[in-house]
Amino acid sequence: MSTQFTLPDAEEMLPVQVQINGVRHGASVPARRLLSDFLRHDLRLTGTHVGCEHGVCGACTILLDGEPVRSCLMFAVQATGHEITTVEGCGTIEAMGPVQQAFAECHGLQCGFCTPGFITTITAFLRENPAPRAPEAREAISGNLCRCTGYQNIVKSVLRAAEIMAEQGGQER
Amino acid sequence: MKPAPFAHHAPRSLDEAVAVLGEVGHDGKVLAGGQSLIPMLSMRLAAPAHLIDINGVAGLDTIEVTPDAVRVGATVRHRALERSEHAYAVLPLLRQALVKVAHPAIRNRGTTVGSIAHADAAGEMPSIAVLTDAVIEVRGPGVAREIPAHEFFTGPLETALAADELVIAVRFGRFPAGTVTGFVESARRSGDYALAGVGVAIHGADDAVIAARASFVSVTDVPDVLDLSPVLAGANASDLAARADDLVTAVREHVAPEADIHASADYRRMLAAELTRRLVAEVMSA
Repeated sequence: MSTQFTLPDAEEMLPVQVQINGVRHGASVPARRLLSDFLRHDLRLTGTHVGCEHGVCGACTILLDGEPVRSCLMFAVQATGHEITTVEGCGTIEAMGPVQQAFAECHGLQCGFCTPGFITTITAFLRENPAPRAPEAREAISGNLCRCTGYQNIVKSVLRAAEIMAEQGGQER
Repeated sequence: MKPAPFAHHAPRSLDEAVAVLGEVGHDGKVLAGGQSLIPMLSMRLAAPAHLIDINGVAGLDTIEVTPDAVRVGATVRHRALERSEHAYAVLPLLRQALVKVAHPAIRNRGTTVGSIAHADAAGEMPSIAVLTDAVIEVRGPGVAREIPAHEFFTGPLETALAADELVIAVRFGRFPAGTVTGFVESARRSGDYALAGVGVAIHGADDAVIAARASFVSVTDVPDVLDLSPVLAGANASDLAARADDLVTAVREHVAPEADIHASADYRRMLAAELTRRLVAEVMSA
């Protein structure tokens, strides 16, 4: 018994040229490839996490030309010509960035799923507001959801990251 | 949660964008910031065969202040307009409302004009468009027309735009000197859709109101203006309390909220009226 499958027409592949964490990447992808999937599946940069996939949870937040955006609400082809920073660009295990270090010190993560989005969001926030008060820190993270309900320690982490950055003389990362 | 396949068009000029849109018509959808459209595509609530991505179109990313309007191009991000000191100086209502649009990460990408073209009555900026008597600048194949905001919104997510037409800019009208404005909303979670929201513009002189108007979020089918002048004309901050009942009644009679899982219609009506009462008092005492 044989079944004849009809494959859908091959989708047109479009070029993407993008700078990610200082490294140039080029690839061909279908137009409908979300930037979040491009990062994770095509480039294997799996630090960026995908939660709700419709812009609510904030886990997939990356920095596009320095500004936080949801990578699930952009197509990869739209990233051409832009600079992207993912959580991998915010520090390494050996040399953590100030926000990552603060999260480690303040127990700002439990399961860690939401953390990449928090790190990128807070990195951009502290650049504009290097000495936030607690209510401002709360407002800054209001677009990111943590289902471990670790918000108290995340707020502490924001304030601690600001201290670390000040101690480092305002050096970024 | 992945969009259906589509052809991606990335025109570089307005003429090219209009030409592509004219060809694909009903099968096409304009992509600007995508913060409402892309979720709809991912959930497959929409599956257009063509997306016309206008982000690369030259000349649509400017904010211009003229003697009677703030003109916002189709690819200006909410965040850019929110941060514009020039726009804030002449029409503070824009920033007052923009800071309530979702979260910064959404505002960094979403466009003000796109949210107006999307015409969601739960959106802040359609409400601001009617409150400022905005003019919607439209281009289509061989057509350039201007639509007043009060004629633009025809139903929930429906507008007077034809399938082959593109909004290229919105001109938010400036208020006369002596006008104070404010915007407030109430949501279950910070940055979420408002259960109810209201913007007001109150024009006064010699410590008395001459004219006042309000528009609402999430409690009307289409954004429209409630003229509060009959209730507030002649009022000042100290005798405002005497008019509170009439103000609340005017709002309750104007709005037509629907019940959903988040709130009953009665609660939304109460909320809209109370938010308006508080906002008018706050704005007039500032």
